[in-house]
Amino acid sequence: MELYIRPDYEVVRNESRCIACRVCERQCANEVHTFDSETGLMRSDESKCVNCHRCVSLCPTHALKIVKTDDTYRENANWEAQTIHEVYRQANTGGVLLSSMGNPKPYPVFWDKLLINASQVTNPPIDPLREPMETKLYLGSRKVKIERGEDGLLKDTLPPQLKLSVPIMFSAMSYGSISYNAHESLARAAEELGTYYNTGEGGLHKDFYKYGKNTIVQVASGRFGVHKEYLEAAAAIEIKMGQGAKPGIGGHLPGAKITEDVSETRMIPKGIDAISPAPHHDIYSIEDLKQLVDSLKEATEYKKPIIVKIAAVHNAAAIASGIARSGADIIAIDGYRGGTGAAPTRIRDNVGIPIEMALAQIDSRLREEGIRDNVSLVVGGSVRSSADVVKAIALGADACYIGTAALLALGCHLCRSCHTGKCNWGIATQRPDLVKRLNPDLGYKRLVNLVSAWKHEIEEMMGGMGINSLEALRGNRLMLRGIGLTDTELKLLGVRYAGESL
Amino acid sequence: MKILANGMHYSALNAAVRMAEDDVEIVNCIGQRYIGAGLLRRQIVIHGTPGNALGAYLNGAEVRIDGNVQEATGDTMNAGVIEVHGSAGDATGYAMRGGKIFIEGDVGYRCGIHMKAFRTQKPAIVIGGRAGSFLGEYQAGGTIVVLGEHLNGKPIVGNFCGTGMHGGEIYLRTDELSAALPAQVKAERVEGELSEEVTALIKEWCARFGREEEGYLNCVYYRLTPNADNPYRQMYTPN
Repeated sequence: MELYIRPDYEVVRNESRCIACRVCERQCANEVHTFDSETGLMRSDESKCVNCHRCVSLCPTHALKIVKTDDTYRENANWEAQTIHEVYRQANTGGVLLSSMGNPKPYPVFWDKLLINASQVTNPPIDPLREPMETKLYLGSRKVKIERGEDGLLKDTLPPQLKLSVPIMFSAMSYGSISYNAHESLARAAEELGTYYNTGEGGLHKDFYKYGKNTIVQVASGRFGVHKEYLEAAAAIEIKMGQGAKPGIGGHLPGAKITEDVSETRMIPKGIDAISPAPHHDIYSIEDLKQLVDSLKEATEYKKPIIVKIAAVHNAAAIASGIARSGADIIAIDGYRGGTGAAPTRIRDNVGIPIEMALAQIDSRLREEGIRDNVSLVVGGSVRSSADVVKAIALGADACYIGTAALLALGCHLCRSCHTGKCNWGIATQRPDLVKRLNPDLGYKRLVNLVSAWKHEIEEMMGGMGINSLEALRGNRLMLRGIGLTDTELKLLGVRYAGESL
Repeated sequence: MKILANGMHYSALNAAVRMAEDDVEIVNCIGQRYIGAGLLRRQIVIHGTPGNALGAYLNGAEVRIDGNVQEATGDTMNAGVIEVHGSAGDATGYAMRGGKIFIEGDVGYRCGIHMKAFRTQKPAIVIGGRAGSFLGEYQAGGTIVVLGEHLNGKPIVGNFCGTGMHGGEIYLRTDELSAALPAQVKAERVEGELSEEVTALIKEWCARFGREEEGYLNCVYYRLTPNADNPYRQMYTPN
């Protein structure tokens, strides 16, 4: 236990239920539980507990619960326990605080302040059970010149497109930050759902090349695992300029997660922290970005759409306007609540802007400048439900990326300890004994279930609005009304207040 | 096949290179980018000056240039050889993961940044002259050799050499290290016996550019490697 830091949680064991079967002891990679052979009782060391609920979920007699400790410091609204602990930690070690998953701070969630419209009497709702609803869509540039051949027929000048059967893709999570079994689950689910998963910046394991037509590969500043076959295997290539959880900061993969397999896929030394810096050291301008876009297009003979992913930051609209002129086909925007396998706490919690604001502003800006058709927009960074997806599309997105929600489907309990590499759910770990806890046969089905359920809900919400295709919903901000928002927020989001008619 | 490149757009030139069934000679090259991007086999000889990202993602082809090259030569190169009878610009061999780049003259900033290796796949860059700042930044594997010809009183390597280095090695042919190295880099003086691998690289460079091996092998080198006593892990504390 670190000096001065008292445990955040208490492991409460109902002694009358506990049968000392030691399941909790075997399941906890943090080594919280031990068996006392003298008394025949289980003991726990709360200082190691990360509240991942593995023991609680697997206890056969429901003898365990984890509760927030009621031990307190002298109450202080300004200096909360977490704040005090962070100071102690840094005084103990002299280190930069490292956290994982998305920003947990109580900032406003604008999705929850937007309400969706429905039809009544005139323009009646559509019943998706009886009538066709179009949730298929294409991502890519629509910037085309109409040309006719000598025979007078239209020439196909459309740039390459991604075809999605549902407006949801799995966002970039690298092999390394998450496990082999997690990647397999995502890949198989994407294939079955007719959508895409994203390799993240850690390269593509050789076993997963067969899922290439449902794979988006990432090219980041470290260029891990990037080579001709990797680019060719993919359906699209994403250049990672930024990540919502840590704008302005590059990747950080703790050495504990760099096993033989990860080392091979990334071509970096085993067991040593891998740091990929934020900047691409060959990109200092939109012209430089264009160069990377074009070199990837040349290397893949113009057959694949190129995505440029940025974090949602203060000047996102101006940046997106530049990207839309760089030859990129798709812009992915990642909000400040997006997850991460490891990021400096201060960056995760204090840098970036909400995806809702960035999306609304980027869509408006691109429309004003007449370049919205140059690119498709994909947004992520805490899309938590089908309602968030519908709101995102109405604000102007073509499709959404989900990361945290996908991990939850795989069993993640959001304990935010990915950076330790000891994920008890077999997701954010490379330890073979932990990885095998995630069965990809079940994992991929859970992902398919989740996205299929969301698809039904999206169809119902669309039907309610009297809309039968995503095309008619995209950028249709009249389908949204704000609640509990200021005039400035309404203006930025481009929506009217609840109750305000046309 | 001979391609007369003057006035050609890079995509037309690259398409012609891709379609060619045998070796290619490009004449009057005037700054066309991405030549040989991702190319597997074939020999390409270039007369003139190719543009940025020559041999990006190169996958086995051999490219020879009888002059200077610009920025990002051999970006993310996987296999093959690039031989430059002149100098190279910035970010030469960015994230190179295999193959070899031989430069007769100097290189600009950030040469060999993010270079990486795994087992037998080991990239190498041999530079005849001097290297700019940030040589081998974030290097994770592979070998960079700087031979330091024609220094004209300038240092063999600029500032911040090996910043963020966590694998691989850099050899500098010099009697003394001119610039301070970052704390994460360890430097050792090597006199006499060089490793077999480095000896072979230097010999190959000499053969390609017509130099006597003797003058480059029996010299003092400084070998730079990551400093195992000072890894980056200590910078962070789990929260």
